[in-house]
Amino acid sequence: LLACFLADPAPVSAGLGFLTTPDPGVPAFFWLVSLLLSSLVWFISVQISNKESAAQQKGLLIFGVVLSVLLQETFRFGYYKLLKKANEGLLTLSQEETMPISIRQLAYVSGLGFGFMSGAFSVVNILADSAGPGTIGIHGDSQHYFLSSAFMTMAIILLHMFWGVVFFDACEKRCWWAVGLVVIVHLLVSCLTFQNPDYTATLVPAYVILFGMGVWAFYTAGGSLRNLKLCLTCKDKDFLLSNHRPR
Amino acid sequence: MIFFTCLCSDGGGFSSILSSFSKLFFIAGVSSNSVGNKIYINLNETFPCVRLLNATHQIGCQSSFAGDVGVVHLLESEENLDWVLGSGPNPPYMVILESTLFTRPIMMKLKHGSQRVAGVVVVEPTTNPPDGFSPHTSCPNENTGVYSESYGPSYAHCNVTVWNPLGTGLSYEEFDFPIFSMKDSNDTEVLRRCYREHNRAVNGSTPQYPLCAMQLFSHMSAVRDTATCMRRSEIPFSLTPEEVCDPLGDENVWASTKPLNNTAKGHKEGESVVIAAAKMDSRSFFFDVAPGADGTATGLVALLAAANALRNATAELNRTILYTFFHGETFDYIGSSRMVYDMENNQFALDLDNVHSILEVGQVALGSNSRLWLHSDPVSRRNSSVNVEKLASNLHLAAAGLNISLEEPNVTQPLPPSSLQRFLRARPIPGVVIENHQASFTNKYYQSIFDNAESLQLNYSPNLTAEEQLEFVTDAAKNLTEVATAVARGLYLQAGGHPAGMNAVQADSRLVRPMLYTFLVRGKNSWSEQLRGQSSDGDVSSFSSEDRPTNFYIGVHQQMSEPRFMVQTILANLTGTIVNVTKENCQKQKEDEEDVRNKHLYYYQWVQGPLRPNSTERDSFCVRSGVRRFAAKSPAFVLREYTS
Repeated sequence: LLACFLADPAPVSAGLGFLTTPDPGVPAFFWLVSLLLSSLVWFISVQISNKESAAQQKGLLIFGVVLSVLLQETFRFGYYKLLKKANEGLLTLSQEETMPISIRQLAYVSGLGFGFMSGAFSVVNILADSAGPGTIGIHGDSQHYFLSSAFMTMAIILLHMFWGVVFFDACEKRCWWAVGLVVIVHLLVSCLTFQNPDYTATLVPAYVILFGMGVWAFYTAGGSLRNLKLCLTCKDKDFLLSNHRPR
Repeated sequence: MIFFTCLCSDGGGFSSILSSFSKLFFIAGVSSNSVGNKIYINLNETFPCVRLLNATHQIGCQSSFAGDVGVVHLLESEENLDWVLGSGPNPPYMVILESTLFTRPIMMKLKHGSQRVAGVVVVEPTTNPPDGFSPHTSCPNENTGVYSESYGPSYAHCNVTVWNPLGTGLSYEEFDFPIFSMKDSNDTEVLRRCYREHNRAVNGSTPQYPLCAMQLFSHMSAVRDTATCMRRSEIPFSLTPEEVCDPLGDENVWASTKPLNNTAKGHKEGESVVIAAAKMDSRSFFFDVAPGADGTATGLVALLAAANALRNATAELNRTILYTFFHGETFDYIGSSRMVYDMENNQFALDLDNVHSILEVGQVALGSNSRLWLHSDPVSRRNSSVNVEKLASNLHLAAAGLNISLEEPNVTQPLPPSSLQRFLRARPIPGVVIENHQASFTNKYYQSIFDNAESLQLNYSPNLTAEEQLEFVTDAAKNLTEVATAVARGLYLQAGGHPAGMNAVQADSRLVRPMLYTFLVRGKNSWSEQLRGQSSDGDVSSFSSEDRPTNFYIGVHQQMSEPRFMVQTILANLTGTIVNVTKENCQKQKEDEEDVRNKHLYYYQWVQGPLRPNSTERDSFCVRSGVRRFAAKSPAFVLREYTS
């Protein structure tokens, strides 16, 4: 179920980068807090609402989703700010010329952390219910529930990674339109799920957006077709050199 | 013989219907969340069949530890069984039976095909089957009565009369899969629809997955027989001792017309007692369902009403009448065997030498012909010292002038299954059992779920409120009042009352009506509420008999059973006197601060009393009566001999 990782073929090796960057647990925690806040707000609003009215409940659900997305992006921005501050602090302490940790790596890890946690939360409950002798369908629901959930979760995890990369880069370059676009795309993907159980209408656009974001993130991170070819044929000198850097 | 019941730690099974391995499911008892609700449907009103053990066998049903899962199959006819047992491609199957198909031949075939059968669910019909149905044996309690190779061998094992000819004996078979009963409700409709849409083989084709399936949980811890189970429950030196089974039992209730010192056990000099007996339990194939209308409630109500009729006449009697209500008679005479054992071992307020005669009230629902029969034991009658004729003639005299006739059967036949048999095992005592059948039972639903208000034709018009139903005069109530009057007068004469004073003894139909309603229609109503009390040793809140008839099943000895609680409450109110005692003293069993004597003679109960008009307050009071209880658990548990 868990995503196959599209190795980010940027000059910074993703695999090695994983070892020298902070662990994705911190951004995961940030995501968790944003979820907690948004669910608190949703819970309170449900309690004070009219439980009988289905339309109102549906409205509240949409409101909850939108709020959650906005809070997640806010926390992503908050994490970015925190990292900037930490980096500047380290810079003054270590008296080096260059940044000890690359913002790109941090972006990637932040996206990974967010995606990880989001994926875990989406899938754990469903996995728990699927353990047991039964499957979906006794009330006539579609058989493809579990499969679609799995694919959707995978898409969201990857999307978080790409959003992380694009978002941080846009914040560095003060490209606020790009930040806004990331938020809008996130909202779009989340709202696509309201079309369930029409799974085709949900999954196909989600994967189209995934592909688009993937391409955008690739170019943002400094990739190009030439890099890609070199990497795939193992002729990328920068990559090979960076592998031999003494520890 | 002792009967055990085994309950798993959560006190019985519960059913879930589910669709399994990429099948669709029904389930019960799972937490409700939206994904779970898309997969499982909980079934609510279901009753399992449980494991019971006796000295030599285990009977009943059980499931595996994690529940049994099977593909749903609605059985259409006996020929359709072949799909389940042979040709169906997706075993194991969960067989859904309409109640007309719940017969011995079908169940035996399912029992022997148990690899392919995951369980059985019986759909309870809304009306009783007209041809009768009885899962009990055809010769109830045949090994624990008085007739055996040494006593009346020609009468043993129902050689002369088969008492329960409709009995299939299913309750006494052992099944390796769970069997549940389900009410015919919306969930059943969903089940049928699910089967038709997914599981039905059309024109010989194989049904494709996903299929509709069911899961039933009714794991039982007890196996083999009583001795094995008791040994396992008593493993010493265990850090976590585990009871894998519990003895069936509860308490018998008795009351006497004259106060007897209950603390002084053993023979009472000069006391000659007439025992008026009735049983207060019943059973069915399924656990905790025992409506027992004709089989139990009629006799019980008749004796309670008779006790009330005699409450003012006790001064004229020279013998004491002991009203005794036995529990557990269905399961090899648990209550009466215990009483006889206690009497023989000086553990009871009286002993067998004090017993003059016994009158037992059995099944007394009157049909169209209002005839009742007096059964007696032919073997002991031959003994000239056993004077059954006097008792019989007193009863004939008692019934004169009433709308019922009491006759003796004109063939020599043994006693039907009755508590009197256990007394006769100890010594010959003159005794008569009053029943509504001359030879075989007229009760077509003996010890089954169908022995209910409908079988007694206790019909209340549906537009009556509960209050009005309580007061409504049904034919059954009228007939039972006549029977109670006859019983009361018969007891009066047998206890030495003068025939001239007999007509003053009359059962009150205003008591019979609500009693029948309470036992057979709705246990919790305004009449029963006002009689209920709080005794110092009883917890009222644990007595739950709400919107349904009384459950007459005896249950395990640690749990109070409904009928015993109700009988003790009703008897106290119907035979006792109201005394002016404070609530605190009443609950401490004394009349005032210095009283220490009265608790040996009397039983005090603080009764809630009637509601004050336009208020929720009640006028409570203290009732003093001679109602007592004593353990009704088989003597085998006292002796720790489980193989007899």
